[in-house]
Amino acid sequence: MKILTCPINGPRNISEFVWGGEVKEMPDPATATDAEWSEYLFLDNNRAGEIFEWWLHAPTNTWFIAHRNTVTDVVLETMTVDTYFARRAKAERAEEEA
Amino acid sequence: MPFALLKYALAGEHPDNPHFRWSPDLKSTYDVIVIGAGGHGLAIAYYLAARHGITNIAVLDKGWLAGGNTARNTTIIRANYLTPEGVRFYKESVELWRGLSNELDINLMYSERGHFTLAHTDAALRTARWRAEVNKHLGVDSEVIGPDDIARICPTMNVSDDVRYPILGALYHPPGAIARHDAVAWGYAKEAIRRGVDVFTQTPVNKIIVENGRAVGVETNKGPVYAGKIVQAVAGSSSEVARMAGFRLPITTIPLQACVSEPVKPILDQIVVSGSLHVYISQSARGEMVMGSATDPYGLYSTRSTLEFKEGLMSHMLELFPFMGELRVLRQWAGMADMTPDFSPVMGLTPVENYYIDAGWGTWGFKATPVCGLRMAECIATGRQPDLLKPFALDRFRSFDLVGEKGAASVGH
Repeated sequence: MKILTCPINGPRNISEFVWGGEVKEMPDPATATDAEWSEYLFLDNNRAGEIFEWWLHAPTNTWFIAHRNTVTDVVLETMTVDTYFARRAKAERAEEEA
Repeated sequence: MPFALLKYALAGEHPDNPHFRWSPDLKSTYDVIVIGAGGHGLAIAYYLAARHGITNIAVLDKGWLAGGNTARNTTIIRANYLTPEGVRFYKESVELWRGLSNELDINLMYSERGHFTLAHTDAALRTARWRAEVNKHLGVDSEVIGPDDIARICPTMNVSDDVRYPILGALYHPPGAIARHDAVAWGYAKEAIRRGVDVFTQTPVNKIIVENGRAVGVETNKGPVYAGKIVQAVAGSSSEVARMAGFRLPITTIPLQACVSEPVKPILDQIVVSGSLHVYISQSARGEMVMGSATDPYGLYSTRSTLEFKEGLMSHMLELFPFMGELRVLRQWAGMADMTPDFSPVMGLTPVENYYIDAGWGTWGFKATPVCGLRMAECIATGRQPDLLKPFALDRFRSFDLVGEKGAASVGH
């Protein structure tokens, strides 16, 4: 049985989790065109390789982010949503400064 | 006989492969390149050659002939879908299947068994009635029957109330059939090659050459090849190949697992599916029980098998067929299913000119092999989306015009 580590609840059986698909950047709903919005809703990168994705620990209703390889099925890291977005914001700032 | 076999093995000369003439070298240009030598890709090549006179075709595959989902499905053929678009499409497929052994001059072991979609809840029974009415309206033989009739037609099934999910009724579809999946690919390959099509296995496409929004060729491990038109039919790898052509797809790659039991004498004539229990079963001509379940719970590019799948499958299977407790699992496998949000395929034109797609076949691709090949060939030959394929165009996701096909394999409803 595969074990997934929830950043809040620790290592738990995979059957307690629900997959939420890859993390996509949401366009601003107020300004997005229909085309941008339909792309956000339906199109996936679906990469064979390392991706960031949403998971839900169903018994505690905890959403979090996992960094997983979709070819080897190895989970490299799991983190809270706050950690993921803080890291992404930091990376974006570093990119802007560079 | 063993001596004859030994003599044959040690002999210097063997008769030519009766099915295939492998092409020695890749030419520099073709009229059409088909990426993917599975049932779908080979069917496209065959119908282009047989119906449209286009024979200067190369079919390229990274692996071997029909080594992907053509060899990894549970070979169920039926037309009892839910949406009118789906029913029309699969109805034409069933009509083609019936004449296919003759057309390809190979025994596909096409066997009409009758197909049950079991209902264990009022909601499932309501969907079954809905499907039956849509089917009848479009000329497909389907009806809703009760537990008594189920027991009469399929006496091996356990229709008692003394189970976790008693059977309330079923959608019964007499034309439901199974066929020999490998022979389908061999038949299309044989007849395509006989008409001049070149098939190359162990030939991965590493790059798709696009100039000014127009696909002009591909880079392979044997060098670049140029073509007037290119079509991809690569199932689980659809997103990765489309990315090389420069566009994204509404597809997630999720494994679909299946297994067979050890072979036994004929005990189950029909094909039995339960959407609520997420199981399906039929007995092959060899006597093996061919069983499948729903897709895995998360996306993965792998054909590994899991214990969870077998446990989940068997717990429901033993309720439906208690005699299965005596059987052992002989073989297990998985295919990489290219799942779309509306459980319907993506066929036809793409944002790249002269580049065509045949993808999104998820858990419903094998039964569509003939009709998809025929209509995709028409699409490629004319450069226009045929009427039958219009509801399945990639464009539907841009216009929010999804199909919503919940008659697909093991989709709960």
